[in-house]
Amino acid sequence: MTTVSRIAPEVEWARRLLAGDESAFTPFVESFQHRIFQYTWLMCGQREDAEEVAQDTLLKIFESFDQLEDPERVKAWVFRIAKNYCLMKRRKSVFAPDRELSLDELLPGQEGDRPIQVADTSELPEGRVLRQELSEELERAMRALPDTYRSVVLLRDVEDLSTADTAEVLDLTEDTVKQRLHRGRLALRKSLAAYVEKAQ
Amino acid sequence: MTTHQHDKRDPACLEVFAKLSEYVDGELDAVECQEVEAHIADCPPCVEFLQSLKRCVAAERQFQGREECGPVPPELEQRLKSAWQAALARRHHA
Ligand SMILES: [Zn+2]
Repeated sequence: MTTVSRIAPEVEWARRLLAGDESAFTPFVESFQHRIFQYTWLMCGQREDAEEVAQDTLLKIFESFDQLEDPERVKAWVFRIAKNYCLMKRRKSVFAPDRELSLDELLPGQEGDRPIQVADTSELPEGRVLRQELSEELERAMRALPDTYRSVVLLRDVEDLSTADTAEVLDLTEDTVKQRLHRGRLALRKSLAAYVEKAQ
Repeated sequence: MTTHQHDKRDPACLEVFAKLSEYVDGELDAVECQEVEAHIADCPPCVEFLQSLKRCVAAERQFQGREECGPVPPELEQRLKSAWQAALARRHHA
């Protein structure tokens, strides 16, 4: 489990930028540029759209930097802007239609669970090739999630936002975030069964 | 000892499955957390499921997509910097 005792670097850079410190500009941009792109790429589905949305987001961030009230929550503020641009840009047809994932279809012991290859450890598969494979499978599985779930999984797990911040970014209640996160994870777990389940 | 069957469709297990993300995230209250722990202490299928869920979450946390964006073009960087300076100037004059 991660603990939040240390100030995240982006919080420090945001504070310094608010104070007019130009030396924080490049690290701030570099830190967020890739993360914003990863988010927009997984939410928009098309590279050109994702790049455009990521650039629009960066520009909006700096244009409205005076409106960043709480540097502690800079990440949530940034992703809220990114989410809004994604919504404007999104071509719905790229993804499977939104639908509700039921707990029942996601539980183990159901047909569709794959055979299992990886030995039981609490660690992820070792080795570059296996990790590469897992990462590609995870990307495929995330793309296959209905986007109501994908957006929650990306913010909570990939970007490590809190439940409260994720709820605020997506205009959801915390309970809805928790429910969608759980179902999204269960769907990913099912897709990744070959990598995350114990050998039997 | 509980009387449940350690079966993947056991209602007691289903109740635990529904709470495992909150358990992993440390978001359950003390009572619920104890209930989950009491159950899994006695239920290998739930432990196995919990392990696989934890590995899945660990993989998500380390996720790096294959697509990389290029560096910020110098022209955009200049626009970003000017926008930031203008925003701060607005704030100071507000
Ligand atoms: Zn059980």
